[in-house]
Amino acid sequence: MDFWNTLRLALRALARNKLRSSLTMLGIIIGVGAVIAVVSIGQGADAMIQQGIQNMGTNVVYISAGSGRPGGTRMGYGAVKTLTMDDLNAISREIPLIKEAAPGVMSRAQVVYQNQNWNTSIMGTTSNYFPIRKWIVTAGTVFSDDEVDAAANVCVIGTTVAGYLFGNDDPIGKQIRIRNLPFRVVGLLESKGQSVMGTDQDDQIFAPYTTVQRKLSGVTWIQMILASANTPEASIGAMQPITLLLRERHRIRTGDEDDFFVRTQSEMADMAAQTQLVMTLLLGSVASVSLLVGGIGIMNIMLVSVTERTREIGVRMAVGATESDVQLQFLVEAVTLSMMGGLVGIVVGVAGSAMINNLLAWPTVLSTQAIVMAALFSVGVGVFFGYYPARKAAQLDPIEALRYE
Amino acid sequence: MADGMADQLPATVDTSSHARNRSIIRLEGVHKYYHLGDFQVHALRGISLEIHAGEFVAVMGASGSGKSTLMNIIGCLDKPSRGQYFLDGTDVSQLQKAELARVRNRKLGFVFQQFNLLARTSALENVELPTVYAGISPQERETRAQTALERVGLSDRAHHYPSQLSGGQQQRVAIARALVNQPSILLADEPTGNLDSRTSVEIMDIFQQLNAGQGLTVVIVTHEHDIAQYARRALEFRDGKVRRDAAIKDRLVARDVLPTLPTLEDEDAEDELKTP
Repeated sequence: MDFWNTLRLALRALARNKLRSSLTMLGIIIGVGAVIAVVSIGQGADAMIQQGIQNMGTNVVYISAGSGRPGGTRMGYGAVKTLTMDDLNAISREIPLIKEAAPGVMSRAQVVYQNQNWNTSIMGTTSNYFPIRKWIVTAGTVFSDDEVDAAANVCVIGTTVAGYLFGNDDPIGKQIRIRNLPFRVVGLLESKGQSVMGTDQDDQIFAPYTTVQRKLSGVTWIQMILASANTPEASIGAMQPITLLLRERHRIRTGDEDDFFVRTQSEMADMAAQTQLVMTLLLGSVASVSLLVGGIGIMNIMLVSVTERTREIGVRMAVGATESDVQLQFLVEAVTLSMMGGLVGIVVGVAGSAMINNLLAWPTVLSTQAIVMAALFSVGVGVFFGYYPARKAAQLDPIEALRYE
Repeated sequence: MADGMADQLPATVDTSSHARNRSIIRLEGVHKYYHLGDFQVHALRGISLEIHAGEFVAVMGASGSGKSTLMNIIGCLDKPSRGQYFLDGTDVSQLQKAELARVRNRKLGFVFQQFNLLARTSALENVELPTVYAGISPQERETRAQTALERVGLSDRAHHYPSQLSGGQQQRVAIARALVNQPSILLADEPTGNLDSRTSVEIMDIFQQLNAGQGLTVVIVTHEHDIAQYARRALEFRDGKVRRDAAIKDRLVARDVLPTLPTLEDEDAEDELKTP
């Protein structure tokens, strides 16, 4: 018997028990739909996190002051005072993979404008910090190198700070007070929203690092260096030379711990992708369990069908159907059932992921790979769970089958 | 024999005298055992018989006599435990399952007591069923099925479902199905067992036409003596052995009997006359 005949026969048999066929398919529909929807949520989350990491800057290498052990007491990050502007200059000078570098000196202070005030973090840096971190200035300008050299009282503010202090007013040129020192607002930054870590990136004030060091913190060191390379590979490649250079500059003996940390953005991106992949696989495999359950449903119904149609099988065998004819007939029936379920499941999965995106505002990304995999898996389920009932049908004795009541 | 139906039948079966004298079924010392739990049933105890092409044989016997087992073996649904079975010159007792299926498909036509038509499948498609397994093209299949339905006088019911047909009509569809692959032998197991007496004779008429007009070998199993009277030769079974093998005396011709039988409508009319 040729394939088209077998397929036609299978569709006919399934159409005869529409309710039963649809209920059986439901298992596969839910399974395939769930797998596609879950994977699309996972991929959406991954895309969002990767986007967030991209927003942190271009191929950034973070060098932060580490936990030194003055007198055996371990301190937290940024506690040591060994990282300086000289280190930054040495890195820019001696490591060709690094294109740009900017310092970071952090402080917190109460800021006041007229009758408004707000407690926020102050970041002392240089003007090249903004392109490295992909900050865009929407109004005004960033402070100049001259203003950095002169430790001028100027600042660039984020939108959250601007909102608390100025409301809807234009902040440019206004005077604010930071720890009772007057600062002129020279620029307003575009909103970046939450960072990957969940902190509000717009709740910051940026000022020349010299000003923060001398007038706000009273320190001579810096807490971090942000360096950028041309490519993600270059940023990873720069880690080793930076480490060697800083160890040499800080006179750290072989075997002693570093007094700084070096991380790269691509490293973080890879780590986040890894975590996300594990999450997606976990959820996906939970969803595939329902596909398995759907397969068992198919096997169950096929077994019932074989029993019900024992006489038909007997007649077919009597008029010349071979074992393989009968086996193929029932196998094709099972696969048709699971494949149709798979196709409807894809529609349900795609629609479901669109609905999650629209109603819950969760980012979802449909993955062709997941759709193809789910479709193939549903066919596999049909073959796997249809084989045994089909084998049972094929091995019926025609005499017994014809006598079956 | 000059009769209307045979004239309409296309001459698709070899009716040469050579074919008629050919041995088509030959059993040599056939035994069949069954295992039922711990004990063994000896269903056939050394059957040797020969049926020639063009014969019309009635196999008779009580239930348990072995006649059904014999039919299953002749029909290639079962294999002998011992002995040989030559079908049209080929020893089929040694064939594999798939080869037996092919023999059933090409050489044998089955008619059952229960008709065994596929439900919710049109008469035409029921008749087509054996051609599907013969690897015949869809167009050719339909032509053949139509022709076969014409041979049993049911071409106007081609698109009816079995549930829309009377018992006699269903059995005729089953006969058409048995004929569609132009088999050498027609095997019928109690073909009239579920039919009223007039319809039974109508079915026997079809068998007689096919046998006489087409030279088709017909073997029927029956326990009714009056049905066996329409055959030409009777084989009587008892305890797994052939007890009697003889030509039918006073053979009946269905075509002659039919006019003497009242139709159901006639009986209804009589009933109506009797009731005031």
